[in-house]
Amino acid sequence: MIKLNANHILYLLQAAEWTVLLSLIAFAGGSVVGLMLALLRVSKVGFMRALASGYIQIVQGTPLLIVLFLSYFGLGILGYKLDPLVAAGLSFTIYAGAFLGEIWRGCIEAVPRTQWEASDCLGLNRFQQYVYVILPQAVRLAIPPMVGFMVQIVKNTSLASVIGFVELARTGQIVNNSTTFEPFAIFAVVAAIYFALCYPLSVAARALERKAHAGR
Amino acid sequence: MSYQLDFSFLAERWPDFVAGAWLTIQLTVVSIALGLAVGTVCALTRVYGGALLKRVVGVYVELIRNTPLLIQIFIVYFGLSSLGLKLSAEVSAVIALVVNMGAYTTEIMRAGIQSIQRTQLEAADCLGLTRLQTILHIVLLPAMERVYPALSSQFVLLMLASSITSTISTEELTATANLVQSDTYRSFEVYIVVALVYLGLSALYRCAFWLIGLVLFSRKRKLGTAL
Repeated sequence: MIKLNANHILYLLQAAEWTVLLSLIAFAGGSVVGLMLALLRVSKVGFMRALASGYIQIVQGTPLLIVLFLSYFGLGILGYKLDPLVAAGLSFTIYAGAFLGEIWRGCIEAVPRTQWEASDCLGLNRFQQYVYVILPQAVRLAIPPMVGFMVQIVKNTSLASVIGFVELARTGQIVNNSTTFEPFAIFAVVAAIYFALCYPLSVAARALERKAHAGR
Repeated sequence: MSYQLDFSFLAERWPDFVAGAWLTIQLTVVSIALGLAVGTVCALTRVYGGALLKRVVGVYVELIRNTPLLIQIFIVYFGLSSLGLKLSAEVSAVIALVVNMGAYTTEIMRAGIQSIQRTQLEAADCLGLTRLQTILHIVLLPAMERVYPALSSQFVLLMLASSITSTISTEELTATANLVQSDTYRSFEVYIVVALVYLGLSALYRCAFWLIGLVLFSRKRKLGTAL
């Protein structure tokens, strides 16, 4: 039996790169979907608002694990090759979009009413209002909760291991099953790597939050 | 693209789904109750405890909140059993969920407890309430009332997160889905059904927490009426 050694740790650290990559994909994809949802949620058209809130209700009421299975097998029956990276990327985009959409909606709504009125008075159209007046202010409000949500994304990428995406958690299982049998030590190392990824983000989120509230 | 959705497996297998959902409910109700207890004690420690205890709770909360639940479940199930402590999948699942839930509840309850004004505590002192009475009647219930929306959405999130315990073969709803899809090869349909069941459970939980809130935080005396 091979004992847990430095090579295993290096192997786990390499796998962590995939965790980071998947987190970035989730964040980028989720941002695009989330921005669209947030804008739909504050739309003047009732149907658009209902559509976006329906999407958010469904995604937030379903476990991420089931979303992963649905996209993995769903892509399969649509005739695409079952690539775990694609299925995982798609699921995390769907998932992160719903949560980021809610965060941004809150931030857009938190921009004072008078800003809308002032930009109306200046004769800006709706698009200009968003781009030049509302969104720049909303983004500043949104940064602390977004960084906080990044922690959730990084942690949740561990679920992609279930559909066979080889990232940190899956690699931990592989190391545990094939080479050694010291699950306590291996998963403690895996947990430590996740902690090293997440803790700085948590600290940053808290610091940004304090900074955002300092002026008030 | 000529795929036909086929839900005929439901006719035969629906009792499995019911059994799975029932275990999910049992697991989560136990985890929520114990997690709330752990979280409340930790939150009280974090606000009123000594410096060392405060630190210990702080480390616990940060460790749990910055690592994935999946890994926590693995550590409890595989890790503890390799150290000689053999636990069944269900028991491991509950332990992991309680530890996880406790950390999140600590943070939520702490916010609630800190929102109770000093003057309330001083008033309780003046009335001659003991420390325990003060905590129970003056601090905890109003604190919980203030953070109840955050608490109940955390409870719903826990219910959804309990799906992760399927990875250690706890026979709850998601594990049932995995089993049925491997028997019937109707994976997409099976997961659609289970997604709907989870949506229903989320709605049920939200409704139940709303009702519990009504009972728990009913005002004995209407505000503004004479004592």
